[in-house]
Amino acid sequence: MIKFQNVSKVYENKGQKTEALKEINVTVDKGDIFGVIGFSGAGKSTLLRTVNLLENPSTGEVLVDGKHLASLSKHQLRQEQKKIGMIFQHFHLLHSKTVYENVALPLGLSRVSKKEVDKRVRETLDFVGLSDKLQSYPDQLSGGQKQRVGIARALVTNPSILLCDEATSALDPQTTISILNLLKQINEEYKITILIITHEMEVIKEICNRVAVMENGRIIETETVFNLFTDPQTETTQNFVRSIVRDHVPDTVYHLMEKNGYIGRIFTFKFTGSSSGKPIISQISKQFDVEVNVLYGNITELQGTPFGNLIVELVGPHEEVEWGLDFARKQQVHVKEVTSNGNRNRHYFERTLGNVVHG
Amino acid sequence: MEIGTDIILNALWETLYMVSVALFFGSVLGVFLGITLVVTRKGHVLESNIIFSILNPIVNVLRSIPFIILLVAIIPFTRLIVGTSIGTSAAIVPLVLHIGPYFSRLVENSLLEVDEGIIEAAKAMGATPLQIIRKFLLPEAFASLVLSVTTATISLIGATAMAGAVGGGGLGDVAITYGYQRFDTVTIFVTVVILVLLVQIIQSIGNTLERKIRRVS
Repeated sequence: MIKFQNVSKVYENKGQKTEALKEINVTVDKGDIFGVIGFSGAGKSTLLRTVNLLENPSTGEVLVDGKHLASLSKHQLRQEQKKIGMIFQHFHLLHSKTVYENVALPLGLSRVSKKEVDKRVRETLDFVGLSDKLQSYPDQLSGGQKQRVGIARALVTNPSILLCDEATSALDPQTTISILNLLKQINEEYKITILIITHEMEVIKEICNRVAVMENGRIIETETVFNLFTDPQTETTQNFVRSIVRDHVPDTVYHLMEKNGYIGRIFTFKFTGSSSGKPIISQISKQFDVEVNVLYGNITELQGTPFGNLIVELVGPHEEVEWGLDFARKQQVHVKEVTSNGNRNRHYFERTLGNVVHG
Repeated sequence: MEIGTDIILNALWETLYMVSVALFFGSVLGVFLGITLVVTRKGHVLESNIIFSILNPIVNVLRSIPFIILLVAIIPFTRLIVGTSIGTSAAIVPLVLHIGPYFSRLVENSLLEVDEGIIEAAKAMGATPLQIIRKFLLPEAFASLVLSVTTATISLIGATAMAGAVGGGGLGDVAITYGYQRFDTVTIFVTVVILVLLVQIIQSIGNTLERKIRRVS
């Protein structure tokens, strides 16, 4: 468990003060895969480093498994740091040492017998799938393999917490997925609490169960991943969510509609959980005098729950459309009108679209 | 050539002796100073403004004194250490004081080349400052340090030429006293060729070792 209590960090450089963290209050529960997302400069990297005290908070406390590390002696602090693994965007492996030696390093800092070191290093490298690379050097490995060495090095001391500093940002999408799966496996098999900072929504979507959104040194939203994706509150969050779940009419579709002259009203339908499986669209057009034109749609899986997003045009008599919408709402579909026929809301539609396209 | 081979060989031996002994003590001093200059910097593992701001100018001062001046300026100190101010052994003291600070700057550069992320990773593992130096910084900088030793050795060979001023002997001394002062061009030529070969050999050994350490084939 990691508990941030009123954590602030102020850097002072030549009289100029920069607030990197402002009043952070958040708790990462044991067993969580907790994600912190934000643009670069949002303070997430600093936040991560206050956990193992690579950065000292200016005010406030960070409690790791109930212990306030900043109040410990240097010696005690080092003992606690050994229980917190950390992996990095650029891996930070020693180029002069083999994979085996790199992974053995953290154990070499404590008095561990050679036999025990050998056993642990082989076990851990086996777990990350690199048992055939023991004698290779980091520069002979691919990015994904290097990160696996980094992970093995972080796990070899049996930590209770793993800190991930943009661990997949230097990797290609396919390797990212394989590393994320490995992290998930670590969380499940070793019951290690994982704190991840990233600017990629994909990472949050794939493995996190809870997430905090950071902006300008503040946490602006803390949510379960499912709620964050289905109902983002702040604009920054909405922008991040849009990188995964597109909820706007694509330009091409919009232009096509312009050309043909759209006649109906346009809505976004958000399906969550059980409602994703139901044939709601076809039922609307069967039960009511409404034609449904699907403009855009996608379904994403979040935490094992499907989450669908459809943009539809409903064409029909006003009351029939309203009844159709009521029907949809009763099936737990979140309905929101994007625009309606005619020029009345046209402006709104274009503005929304503009925001989406430019934002 | 008016002088015998035995004089040349003897001088070569003196040069090698001065270079190797001065290199040994100079490296010890240089590595120690170099590491200190790095780790006492702001934000480094043993940050100490006091130590850094005392050591840094001392190294600069020692480096700015021309070797020929240093050689005679520290004669009382030399006498204190080796009991005499004349001869090959006496030349070693100023050579060490000359090469130590120079080498410390080379070491400093080599260590600063090490990716800061490595130090951060070491800190995150709970390594002590000494462990960071010994198990992270030095191994990562090792290849570069070998090149630094090579450079320092070659510059020591140059410095030994002036050791003749305190009766240190060596190839440079032969070149000046027999060659230059007696207008014996052949002797100058021979000693210079030997010095060139010496430098070539040392540089190739250094390069080979460095490539081997970096595993470049």
